[in-house]
Amino acid sequence: MRITLNGDPFDLAGPLTVTALLAQLQIDPRRVAVEHNRVVLKRGAFDAVLVGEGDEVEIVNFVGGGMN
Amino acid sequence: MDALTIADRTFTSRLIVGTGKYSSPGVMVRAHEASGAEMVTVAVRRVNIADRTKESLLDYIDTAKYVLLPNTAGCYTADDAVRTARLGREAGLSNWVKLEVIGDERTLFPDNEQLLEATRTLVREGFVVLPYTTDDPIVCRKLEDAGAAAIMPLGAPIGSGLGIQNVNNLRIIREFARVPLVVDAGVGTASDAALAMEIGADAVLMNTAIAGAQDPVAMAEAMKLAVRAGRLAFLSGRIPRKMYATASSPVEGLVGR
Repeated sequence: MRITLNGDPFDLAGPLTVTALLAQLQIDPRRVAVEHNRVVLKRGAFDAVLVGEGDEVEIVNFVGGGMN
Repeated sequence: MDALTIADRTFTSRLIVGTGKYSSPGVMVRAHEASGAEMVTVAVRRVNIADRTKESLLDYIDTAKYVLLPNTAGCYTADDAVRTARLGREAGLSNWVKLEVIGDERTLFPDNEQLLEATRTLVREGFVVLPYTTDDPIVCRKLEDAGAAAIMPLGAPIGSGLGIQNVNNLRIIREFARVPLVVDAGVGTASDAALAMEIGADAVLMNTAIAGAQDPVAMAEAMKLAVRAGRLAFLSGRIPRKMYATASSPVEGLVGR
């Protein structure tokens, strides 16, 4: 199953929750924000939202900086 | 106490600093400490999926000590800025945002039209919006009308180190401001920060001036002192400027006169 993850194609075995996806990617859910098909998800929704074929997912975190 | 209040938060420090361009996280942490800042800006960026070994900024910032202020750096449209702000809110669980909508890659001047639009949208969604803007009193007024929690006019282009380019405009903005005024961008050295505070700014925001200095930790301390000095001078009621001299000593009693 293919999705777009942070702008790039990404393959997954099958549909899974955002929580499961973050776990697979070894990303701490407390440190990130997730956008699923252009909708910013509340952290509480990670268990409920299912990522499926063709979905666009953005996972962001805080980094140092402003414009360089 | 001469505290700074923006929206629902009160600060002792009137210096806000950034987290970018530091040579190392260790230097950043020590510079933040030396600056006495209580709020630091952070950018919102994609997690590097491929390289998971990189440490997170949050490994180095004590969020019990510093308020994180997510910014929308790198956004060129209201839509992008709003989207980034929403992501920043969920990542940081705070509804504060430093709103940047850039109009030009070289000068990094804000696109005020898009900035106003994004401000209105985000205020409606419950954000505490701190917009980075130009030193245009009319735009600042419009941002206030749109519900901005503070106004943040630039002193000079981001990272330019040119200091306060238009002192009189900032003075005018200060006179009519109905929300806290933060001079944001362009500060180069300590006297620039002191000048901003002498004009009457409520706070100064800077990143490059500290991070890019040869000794960022020392410069951070210099900026802390400069902001305090400028603020104290502002509160002290300076003497007027005069074209000629006014002698300090009495004229009577001079020997030989």
